[in-house]
Amino acid sequence: MRFLVRRLAFYMIALWIAVTLNFLVPRLLPGDPATALFGRMQGRATVAQLKAMKAAFGIEQGNLFQQYVTYITHLLRGSLGVSFSHFPTPVTTVIAQDLPWTLLLVGCAVVISFTLGTLLGIIAAWRRGGIFDTLVPPFLLFLWSFPPFWVGLLLLYVLGLNLGWFPMAHSYDLNLPLTLTWPLVLSVIDHAILPALVLVITTIGSWVLGMRNNMVATLSEDYITMAEAKGLSPRRVMLWYAARNAILPQLTSFAIALGLVVSGQVLIELVFSYPGVGFELVQAAFNEDYPLLQGLLLVIVLAVLVANFLMDMLYAWLDPRVRQEA
Amino acid sequence: MAAPDLSSRPPSIVPGVPAPGTPDSRHRNAVLAALSDSPAALIGTGLLALFAVVAVVGPFVAPYNPSQLMVGPSTGAPSAQHWLGTTQLGQDIFSQLLVGTRASLEMAVGAGLLTNVIAVTVGLTAGYVRGWVDDILSTLANVFLIIPALPLLILISTYAAAFGVRGTTVTAVVVALVGWPWGARAFRAQMLSLRNRDFVMAARVSGESQFRIIYSEIMPNMLSIIVANVIFATLAALVAEVGLEFIGLGDTSQVTWGTMLYWAQTNAALLNGAWFWFVPPGLAIGLFAVGLVLTNYAIDEITNPRLRTLRAMPAPAPEPIQPQAESTIGDSSTIA
Repeated sequence: MRFLVRRLAFYMIALWIAVTLNFLVPRLLPGDPATALFGRMQGRATVAQLKAMKAAFGIEQGNLFQQYVTYITHLLRGSLGVSFSHFPTPVTTVIAQDLPWTLLLVGCAVVISFTLGTLLGIIAAWRRGGIFDTLVPPFLLFLWSFPPFWVGLLLLYVLGLNLGWFPMAHSYDLNLPLTLTWPLVLSVIDHAILPALVLVITTIGSWVLGMRNNMVATLSEDYITMAEAKGLSPRRVMLWYAARNAILPQLTSFAIALGLVVSGQVLIELVFSYPGVGFELVQAAFNEDYPLLQGLLLVIVLAVLVANFLMDMLYAWLDPRVRQEA
Repeated sequence: MAAPDLSSRPPSIVPGVPAPGTPDSRHRNAVLAALSDSPAALIGTGLLALFAVVAVVGPFVAPYNPSQLMVGPSTGAPSAQHWLGTTQLGQDIFSQLLVGTRASLEMAVGAGLLTNVIAVTVGLTAGYVRGWVDDILSTLANVFLIIPALPLLILISTYAAAFGVRGTTVTAVVVALVGWPWGARAFRAQMLSLRNRDFVMAARVSGESQFRIIYSEIMPNMLSIIVANVIFATLAALVAEVGLEFIGLGDTSQVTWGTMLYWAQTNAALLNGAWFWFVPPGLAIGLFAVGLVLTNYAIDEITNPRLRTLRAMPAPAPEPIQPQAESTIGDSSTIA
């Protein structure tokens, strides 16, 4: 219990720092944010938008501390302000539209990558020094060296443009109505395959290597020798004695990866024009839509913190040593 | 290490035992031997050397001014005049690649070094001083570890750009400000294991200043992990900078690998089939990254004698993957 309370306190501090950073960064830079922003928005923004901006920044009321209090109060009420570029849609609505796409694409990719990578890692460690173990991990390491978005560009060029196997952009065929019908489902899958493939092949290396190395360490334990001496089948020793104990650190990384799902894969979503959180983040940066930018960062941080806390709870339940250490 | 090259040395009387004088020369040539012994190390250092040479001479040997418009056809395929073709505005891509190497490397290495300086300062201070200073610095490091780096970088860079603060130096500084905690955590852990050793006690008793104890007594003992951290900080900085520039949050008037990709994407190089525009910069980034990873592997082999003895023994099989390599795989997947 003390362990969880300590972790919770840490996450609250992390959240507070993120919120404060969100508040302070625009004010730390040289010049007055209001003047600078209004100058840039001149002619493009309506009076209503300027008012919304002022409210979003808490600019007009009082000194820095009073502005800070206003900002926090707004956040606690669940108000992230109004988006400039989607005016007058609230930031929360915009994010709610992007979130399902990112969860679908990146979530599936993370699960596939983790499952497949961990399995391959088990095999590599079990047949240590074999052909699979000598060829696959170095190759994945090599693949991992290239920027994932560039790998995406290459695959899009070859498989999308030249061979025409996959669509070039968006998350579904825009001619279809957005209702749950078979053509739409198929179209969504069709659009997700290529970006998901890129995400899997550029992230699977870390799962394979991580599992392989944990597993190699576990295989030298006495209970493995004992299990073999008992005459258990190799498969049983591999999966229920070695892999089962080696998988714990992998689960931590998996939880972190799940938390990061919400932050989207900014560059991959950009390359594939996939309308998720990451794509929205770039659009918000491009449109200088500060409330949306701040809101997105806040949601992203919140997701990571919640995922980490859930993992802490699961970990404390799975591994009694963690509970005692605290 | 593999069998020593016996042809150049006096023959040994007992087989398997090196002749007198051999251990000495072996020690002297440890670096060269480790390099010639492991193809991975050789490829890694070779790649880095190649990039270093291009960064130095690139701007002088580039056949065209990389920013000069219409030196060739618009989106021209590779030809004898333009080895890697031309951009939509008729700029020579090969020249851009040569000239861009310098700015890209300066930015990556600069940010890598800066990241490392912050990491060393924070990590060593936290680990040595302990108490509330450690609590604050460690919490801060953990918070920055948990916040996804790229969204944070995008937010800061957007604000910086809105206020007219833009350029490769700004990008490098922002990347360093977000990237230091990885190293700091490692240095702090290292410091905790060293701070109560006898030589530190001796220094403390003889009245040396805290600054001197930290930086000239303890820090030299961490040289190998500092070098490893510089390498991975450089790698992470490169990935982060290329990402920011690809989005268009860098200084788009500069020629770097990242901005080359940005302009290729902005001008729909892909849809126009201009593979020669976006393939070369990505390839350069990847090969430089491979060079860094393999060089770190080589440094590990040289500075960690245990790895060498392990290699000489027939069993158990050595670990080809270094712990540092794993941890950065995690790092960079969070950044990307």
